[in-house]
Amino acid sequence: MKKYLSFFRLRFTMGLQYRTAALAGMVTQFAWGFLEIMVFQAFYKAEPEAFPMTMSATASYIWMQQAFLALFATWMMENNIFDTIVSGNIAYSLCRPVRIYNMWFSQSTATRVSRAVLRCFPILIVAVFLPENYRMAKPASPWHFGWFVITLVLGLLVTVAFSMLIYVFTFFTVSPQGVRIVFTSMVDFFAGAVIPLPFFPADWQRVLELLPFASMQNVPLRIYSGSMSGAEMEKAVVMQLVWLAVLVTFGSWLSRMAEKKVTIQGG
Amino acid sequence: MLLKIKQAVRLYGHYLSVNIRSAMQYKMSFFLTALGQFLVSFNVFLGIYFMFRRFSAVEGFTYNEVLLCFSVVLLEFSMAEMFARGFDLFPEMVRTGSFDQVLVRPRNEILQVLGSKFDMTRIGRILQAVVMFWYGVSHCSVDWNPPKIATVIFMLVGGCAVFSGLFLIYAALCFFTLEGLEFMNVLTDGAREYGRYPVSIYGKKMLLVTTFLIPYALVQYYPLLYLLEKDSRPFLIFVPLLAVWFLLPSYALWRFGVRHYQSSGS
Repeated sequence: MKKYLSFFRLRFTMGLQYRTAALAGMVTQFAWGFLEIMVFQAFYKAEPEAFPMTMSATASYIWMQQAFLALFATWMMENNIFDTIVSGNIAYSLCRPVRIYNMWFSQSTATRVSRAVLRCFPILIVAVFLPENYRMAKPASPWHFGWFVITLVLGLLVTVAFSMLIYVFTFFTVSPQGVRIVFTSMVDFFAGAVIPLPFFPADWQRVLELLPFASMQNVPLRIYSGSMSGAEMEKAVVMQLVWLAVLVTFGSWLSRMAEKKVTIQGG
Repeated sequence: MLLKIKQAVRLYGHYLSVNIRSAMQYKMSFFLTALGQFLVSFNVFLGIYFMFRRFSAVEGFTYNEVLLCFSVVLLEFSMAEMFARGFDLFPEMVRTGSFDQVLVRPRNEILQVLGSKFDMTRIGRILQAVVMFWYGVSHCSVDWNPPKIATVIFMLVGGCAVFSGLFLIYAALCFFTLEGLEFMNVLTDGAREYGRYPVSIYGKKMLLVTTFLIPYALVQYYPLLYLLEKDSRPFLIFVPLLAVWFLLPSYALWRFGVRHYQSSGS
């Protein structure tokens, strides 16, 4: 366990070095957040009764999403993992007395957390002081906030566990490009990154809630804004735990299989 | 003059064939990535589709009308991207100093930058844009007549010019910053993503900015009003062509940048 914590720490401090990139990213995310809210407001103005969340919950959802983008965006992957597989440098890692799966898991968690830490505070602070229509509301209650933090961590772990599958698949396919693009865009859509899940038709929602994608950003962001609570929330947390266990078990089994007959590329 | 243009076209064709041949060395990867790109952009479309399963209209625009708007903007962007995204890799050229090589050759430097790299996998995206465009055009309830067809063609020309101008600005700014500016993505990718809805839904201020500063509205909102018969003043047909003027300041900035270029890299 200790060695994986050091992997985490190393990658975390490395991630904190990219401050200019974070600043540039923040400016972009502000712009996207504003535009996104404007779109939803236009729809709200057109038909408020058809709106499945309150407008202020939607605004909070969008700001949270922008602030914690780095935690949940599946398209932000560790390119150096793909590089080690394609270039053959994976051989060195295989010689070490570590489990590849655990090492990559802790590294990619660290990268995501460091990116999010750099970006989230400025975005959140500004979002709280925006004019009424764009403002990020306070959490629905301290109790909601507590659950928000817990499910945020769980959501992050589910996201990482899912992207681990894509890394491991690269052992078999070598060129990850195509699979990766299709996968990540599908995840983005079903996780509620394009439109929040409550905006889907009811029958779609029932199915989507059972999929692992709904256990990512959907749960924490909706708990924070109070659009999810009570029994629905408890069910969502259980689903998160179940999917985390399933994805990690499957992923580490698959990675063990892959390590057994790995072909070292390059030379 | 004519000879020069002919030479330029020939050179461009040559660049194109070199790039196609090199992409074809990795056929599987090429097809998979193209397929991936093809599927990815459906996300935005699905977003619109599901929003309109719930809402019947936004700012007076119905699903089919928004779809027409979205598909035209997507095609404008994809064409510009196909043609001008060579500028995307320009920061790399400046940083490594390989732009020096470009400057010593007796050919137009923009042409060389454009030719340096065509991302062939974007074929997937342009195909998707064409499919969407066909879908958008055939599902909107516009009765097509010559002025309306001309309007759409002008929109595509104008939009292509606006986006190419933005790519050019992106590249020109690298002369001063030596790195790509992520913020420019808001103006290019952001315009594609959020241009799916007519500009008017973002409010009056946004409409002003996109009319006079960066002319998105000229290639999207105003001609759209004409197509959808919300406004029948005939000058709106030609409004998209006004947006071509946007290339002038972009080009001026680029010239300014080239003149101030100090080689970097080793």
